[in-house]
Amino acid sequence: MKVSAIITLKKDVLDPQGKVIHQALDGMGFENINEVRQGKYFEIDVNENDPSKAKAIVEDMCKKLLANLVIENFKIIGTQ
Amino acid sequence: MKSSVITFPGSNCDRDMDVALKKFGFNNKMVWHDDNELPKSDLVVLPGGFSYGDYLRCGSMASKSRIMQSVIDFAKSGGLIMGICNGFQILVETGLVPGVLLRNKYLEFICKNVFVKLDNKENAYFKNINKDILEFHIAHNEGNYFCTKDQLKEIEDNNQIAIYYCNSEGKIQDQYNPNGSIKNIAGIFNKKKNVLGMMPHPERMIDQSLSGEDGSIFFKNLINNIK
Repeated sequence: MKVSAIITLKKDVLDPQGKVIHQALDGMGFENINEVRQGKYFEIDVNENDPSKAKAIVEDMCKKLLANLVIENFKIIGTQ
Repeated sequence: MKSSVITFPGSNCDRDMDVALKKFGFNNKMVWHDDNELPKSDLVVLPGGFSYGDYLRCGSMASKSRIMQSVIDFAKSGGLIMGICNGFQILVETGLVPGVLLRNKYLEFICKNVFVKLDNKENAYFKNINKDILEFHIAHNEGNYFCTKDQLKEIEDNNQIAIYYCNSEGKIQDQYNPNGSIKNIAGIFNKKKNVLGMMPHPERMIDQSLSGEDGSIFFKNLINNIK
């Protein structure tokens, strides 16, 4: 079963890459942007058919390696 | 005095550190990241470089290496562990020192000499050192020290800030902050002050004709403190 997770920077953490992307988009004529924040997306194929068990495994991975909880939040966004 | 330098795939300051430690009297051993046990050591160094190509987050993969359990146990038993640059990033990822190192504020790789001010000499690293301001070298892309407000309060209450970025006179101001670190922090200790993480490289300042000698002052003092 494939589990998808996204990792995003917490609100108070500076995201210089997001800022530069914002500026570039502005320069291209996309003028209606309030803010851009960059994050990470993972798609993990787990050897487990029970969605809640598969989610729990990926959650554990996020806590232990994929995210650094001092600066990042994670969210499991789907299973398939 | 025995020291160990851990080499991870992608470390590139491990041999510089080996040269520096030997120059000032350490009997140094190189230890591979996939080893199970640390040799008997008075000091363990996590060197600079780009372990695992900085994948995921700098230092995150190296912090899960096989040798790290032994390093964590060594820290918990009070052993001296110093992480320089990528080694500092590895230390924050293990949780041995608080906080994280973010991308530099202006998105530039910074490679230059900086001055740092010592804040705390009540520890094995800086005790008896006869200077308060040292000139070291920095070379990093992710050296922007960040921690939560609660962590910062705890760090300050416990005097865990080791060094600050400053100018040659020791002034700690925004304009002397190369990377956007909170409070100009260049290095911090754990609570017990046996673990030190810092972005500057003392091992690049051990030869008068090539660089400067403030690294020599640091290492000479360190080995005397350990003896």
